[in-house]
Amino acid sequence: MEFILPAEMKEVPVEEAKRYDLIIIGAGPAGMTAAVYAARKKLDTLVISKNVGGQTLLAPAVETYMGYHYITGAELMRKFEEQVRQFPIALSIGDEVTTLSREDNGFSVLTSQGKNFTGKAVIIASGRRARFLNVPREKELIGRGVSYCATCDAPLFGGMEVAVIGSGNPALTAVNELITYARKIYNIVQVSVKADPVLIEKAKKSGKVEFMSGYAVKEIQGEDKVERIVITQTKGDKEVILDVGGVFIEIGATPNVEFAQDVVPLNELNEIVVDCDCKTEVAGLFAAGDVTNVPEKQIIVAAGEGAKAALSAYHYLIES
Amino acid sequence: MALLSEKVRQEVENLLKGLKDGLKLVIFTQEFECPTCEDNRMLMEELSAISDKVRLEVFDFVSDKEKAEYYKVDKIPATVVGGKEDYGIRFYGIPGGYEFASLIHAMMIVSSKNSTLSTETKEHLKRLTKPVHIQVFVTPTCPYCPTAVQMAHEMALESPLITSDMVEATEFPHLNLKYKVFVVPKVIINETIEFAGAVPEAEFLKHVTNAGR
Ligand SMILES: Cc1cc2nc3c(=O)[nH]c(=O)nc-3n(C[C@H](O)[C@H](O)[C@H](O)COP(=O)(O)OP(=O)(O)OC[C@H]3O[C@@H](n4cnc5c(N)ncnc54)[C@H](O)[C@@H]3O)c2cc1C
Repeated sequence: MEFILPAEMKEVPVEEAKRYDLIIIGAGPAGMTAAVYAARKKLDTLVISKNVGGQTLLAPAVETYMGYHYITGAELMRKFEEQVRQFPIALSIGDEVTTLSREDNGFSVLTSQGKNFTGKAVIIASGRRARFLNVPREKELIGRGVSYCATCDAPLFGGMEVAVIGSGNPALTAVNELITYARKIYNIVQVSVKADPVLIEKAKKSGKVEFMSGYAVKEIQGEDKVERIVITQTKGDKEVILDVGGVFIEIGATPNVEFAQDVVPLNELNEIVVDCDCKTEVAGLFAAGDVTNVPEKQIIVAAGEGAKAALSAYHYLIES
Repeated sequence: MALLSEKVRQEVENLLKGLKDGLKLVIFTQEFECPTCEDNRMLMEELSAISDKVRLEVFDFVSDKEKAEYYKVDKIPATVVGGKEDYGIRFYGIPGGYEFASLIHAMMIVSSKNSTLSTETKEHLKRLTKPVHIQVFVTPTCPYCPTAVQMAHEMALESPLITSDMVEATEFPHLNLKYKVFVVPKVIINETIEFAGAVPEAEFLKHVTNAGR
């Protein structure tokens, strides 16, 4: 059993009155890497984030971050945090940015705790959150069998039959998390499974997983908890009812951009559009990681983009 | 073999150097220990060996029935984190994984008798008139759960009317069934109010005041 403690706190005061060189929104891999690069350039930096670690906290096993053959997402993020806390970076954790706006020579950031910070430059590294399936009874049954976090909730489905909706790496990761607990796992996939072969092999080897390819979820049913789902063929009209007690929805993620949508252009997927220097169209505003249109949503990519964004912000600040 | 790695043990030692007043960990197990009871006892033994400000009291759930009744402990493994007084802070099941941070947090707040709750929240809690029992269901792998557990424990510290339990859901399947726990964190207040997720302080408070008016 693991015993996880947050990284040791070296408090740097968070000040509203001051004008920061750089404000970083989000403390996932992208935001934390940006913070370290900014601090090494001696930029006076504030990081505001709902939590430390972001989506990577939900990754049960990371085997693609160089330097570590195998590490849990939680452990990796703890190491990132320790590195951030080596530097005099102000951290406002547990707060959420509600509005980002432009002001003379910089930006103003409002938070849900009612704080107002100002900075000369901003990096948005707010990542993504799970997408809804948007089928009947999904919202009503959230927390009653509908889940978006297999890492958190899988142990609650011991001995049950469950369904995982989705075809990518997150879906197959959820399937593999559930193998330890559930009796049977249906993987509902619209076209075909697109996950990494190692994840698919592990799922197949368990003997517990039934892949239902070519099906979409029509509705989730159940009064006060999930009792079954109705799925229909995507090319055909066959309808199948599966008696499951849990539905894990892993159909991708949507960028966290609501607070910024009036300031920065988004593409049709709601991603912040950046160039290869992580610059947005707005001078002084940068973005990095899963929130952007940069392809491949991976930890190592997000971290690399975070580094680039901080260095771009530094050049912007010394030039302006 | 020790449960805590040397690295974690040292981190805990550093943290516990910040303890102000002494505190006690009161645990309940039984003669033929359930597997998690044994791990829980070992964990608490290791913790109490780290700092002389931490005292450990071990009781048997069956033969020390009057103690279990005194602390209103109704299932095991159970851990009460108390100081000179019992503040109503409880852990049912092992506080492992992310919840280890909640255990250390409980020890720190009990020792300092200080919470991070806002003055406004503290004022509202003073106006409670009825007992409030908060149960926070968690799993050790849930990164969002400690926020809810620690908030509930801080409220218990601030109000003599509040009792707050962390419940490790996988160890108490009958409670999962009873309360339909399919998501963590899930919070049950006085058997009547329930919500899911780590909600902001003001929202948590609203549920607590609704239950305790
Ligand atoms: C279950 C799962 C398993 C995965 N496994 C792997 C893997 O094995 N390998 C791999 O490379 N990748 C994996 N990924 C993908 C990886 O986690 C992401 O690519 C990476 O976390 C992106 O980092 P980021 O910093 O851009 O964003 P995020 O990790 O999403 O972090 C964003 C941060 O911003 C905060 N935030 C959001 N909105 C606001 C706001 N308004 N105000 C303040 N803060 C805000 C969030 O709380 C969070 O802390 C996995 C993802 C999931 C969900």
